[in-house]
Amino acid sequence: MSARPSTFAERGAAEVGSDKAKAVGDGARHLTEKRAAAVVAYPAMDAMRDRAREIRLHTLANLDTYVARFADAIEALGGHVFFAADAAEANDYIRGVAETADAELIVKVKSMVTEEIELNTVLEADGRTVVESDLGEFIVQLADDRPSHIVAPVLHWTRQDVGRLFADELGVPYTEEPTALNQIARTHLRRIFLEADMGISGVNFAAASTGTIAVVTNEGNGRLTTTAPRVHVAVMGMERIVPTLEDVGVMLEVLGRSATGQSLTTYTNLITGPRKQGDPDGPDELHVVILDSGRSTVLNDDVSEVLACIRCGACLNVCPVYRSVGGHAYGDIYPGPVGAVLSPVLFGFDGREQLPYACTLCGACLEVCPPRIDLPRMLVNLRERVAAEGDAFSWLGPAMKAYEFTATRPVMWRGAVDGASLAGKAKRGGWFTRLPGPGKAWTAVRDLPAPSRQSFRRWWKKNHGA
Amino acid sequence: MFIGAQPAHSSQRLSLVGVEAPGTAQLFVTCIVDAFYPQVGRAVVDVLESRGVAVEFPEYQTCCGQPAFNAGHRKEARAMAAHTVKVLDATDGPIVVPSGSCAAMIIDHYAGLLGDDEELAAAARRVGARVREFTQFVVDDLGVDELTSSASGPVTFHPSCHGLRHLGLGGYGERVLDQVGVERKPLVAADECCGFGGLFAVEMPEISGALMDTKIDHVEATGAGTLVGYDMSCLMHLAGGMRRRGTPVDVRHIAEILTDEDES
Repeated sequence: MSARPSTFAERGAAEVGSDKAKAVGDGARHLTEKRAAAVVAYPAMDAMRDRAREIRLHTLANLDTYVARFADAIEALGGHVFFAADAAEANDYIRGVAETADAELIVKVKSMVTEEIELNTVLEADGRTVVESDLGEFIVQLADDRPSHIVAPVLHWTRQDVGRLFADELGVPYTEEPTALNQIARTHLRRIFLEADMGISGVNFAAASTGTIAVVTNEGNGRLTTTAPRVHVAVMGMERIVPTLEDVGVMLEVLGRSATGQSLTTYTNLITGPRKQGDPDGPDELHVVILDSGRSTVLNDDVSEVLACIRCGACLNVCPVYRSVGGHAYGDIYPGPVGAVLSPVLFGFDGREQLPYACTLCGACLEVCPPRIDLPRMLVNLRERVAAEGDAFSWLGPAMKAYEFTATRPVMWRGAVDGASLAGKAKRGGWFTRLPGPGKAWTAVRDLPAPSRQSFRRWWKKNHGA
Repeated sequence: MFIGAQPAHSSQRLSLVGVEAPGTAQLFVTCIVDAFYPQVGRAVVDVLESRGVAVEFPEYQTCCGQPAFNAGHRKEARAMAAHTVKVLDATDGPIVVPSGSCAAMIIDHYAGLLGDDEELAAAARRVGARVREFTQFVVDDLGVDELTSSASGPVTFHPSCHGLRHLGLGGYGERVLDQVGVERKPLVAADECCGFGGLFAVEMPEISGALMDTKIDHVEATGAGTLVGYDMSCLMHLAGGMRRRGTPVDVRHIAEILTDEDES
């Protein structure tokens, strides 16, 4: 949500070929391969995806009912529910909870929605210490960097980068051995988990019927964050709801496989209310913050299905554009194809006009999306909105008008084709290597063959014409 | 099955091959083939005629409107869709398109674009049901058994995205090449986009170029001297990139592999 000094095309152009972008490309390809292997090993995947889609769309169509049911269930369990209309309301509420709990040290488990509302900045401004406990987010925080992927925040980092960071920031001897790096983070974080006054998590899924919150991780940090501190605050976009615990099960079947190729994430926490009488552990207080922040508007427009997203990141991993530019070029915390839809509709088009165009419409994302969200169609829909307000590329409007004018007048079109053939004759079948004006962008990276000296239609007329 | 088979009421150059003529097909040639690669159009005509199909070319055809549609200029795309539907609906028989992308545009998007006009939308559905990408027509409607090629290869094959994912052409091109005995080198990550993306190529040239370079790396790794595909737009982009890089690989539409016609 920060100001973007440039366009997507400019940021992307600056990123392509960089070590960072290469690391993302390699990581994304690796994750795509892992997903593919997991799908092969799980014949029910297609049917589960259909089921997941049904559940998500049914929930979105009845979101009011399920959100209310979920809130009732949480309250019946002794938890607190807060509906936040926007980021500011959510942040204010959580500040208040931290204030009341006198929470000096707050530990967090990776959560996209808290990135979205920039919660850390707000809590830190109040003098509180906020520590990210997901290894990737921990690295991002330590380096004052930004996540480049919604599941793997440091996909743009190499393990050598991490080794150097830990040596510099944590005063440990340099190592690039993943197990050793993990151990360093683990040792550092263990004290934080035990001393933290408050834990903040996101919510992968929330079951309306039972008030159960699912938080999945591969590092166990989710379990520690949501059980060790006195207070647990769970923040969720209002679309995280599914009707029942059984539906959560369906979601988990497709989430792990789509995200990392795992049949199930290593730690799956199902949290049903705060600590009860006789429970050996768990927080005394549970606060669930349900965030709207633009979602109810999206719910009523032609890209509403994007709210069915389960944040697996499979569309990022398979996207050729994302693989080439990495996550930061998108400018917001939601990168890749889903980000190109989500960011403009959640945060506004201003400065994001090019995001819907950050796509070749190759359709690879739709092929892997668990709930089969038609992101390519949505990107075209969003392009229509951008075009209606003034184009993302200044030449586009006039060019499309001229093109339509010619293409709906066959005689004029034939003239245009003949004109191209004339240019082809002049060029003697050669290549253009540096074109001015509208051709400049083409020849920036590739040559253009001269048009043929005789178009197909001329040849046809000569050989087949009546 | 040969869908929409009609008597060849205005057949011009009937095949000499001796196969019973299965009817007439319309050729929707696409703008890129028309202006840049007419030899592809001629190869399509040759292949179809050699199989006893009479080919007609509706001369008022222009462009399918896909660039405008993909750019979010729906009004302009609609006008072009309306024009194309009127031109094609006045003809009979299957409509063969040497491009998965343009074929998918007509099949997938026309009826929706013209949804505000019941008659045109109905015509769009009729037209859409007759449209076949060239390889699809050859494999599904004509059958691959009698195909031949004088090309020897080695070639490698790039399945362009819209044919692959909208039309479900996975394996079609490869099957045709293997059937005619052209040596084919498998292309790594063949299903990854080449970076053309229509106007994307000029909206975001550096990013398009990065995708293109990845594809060309994979093409170079095959050692094949020819890159075959079914979408000349993607191939034009890749040919331009390979020329810029000095990669000695030619591009050919799959129809050209199935004819003896020399490159002009």
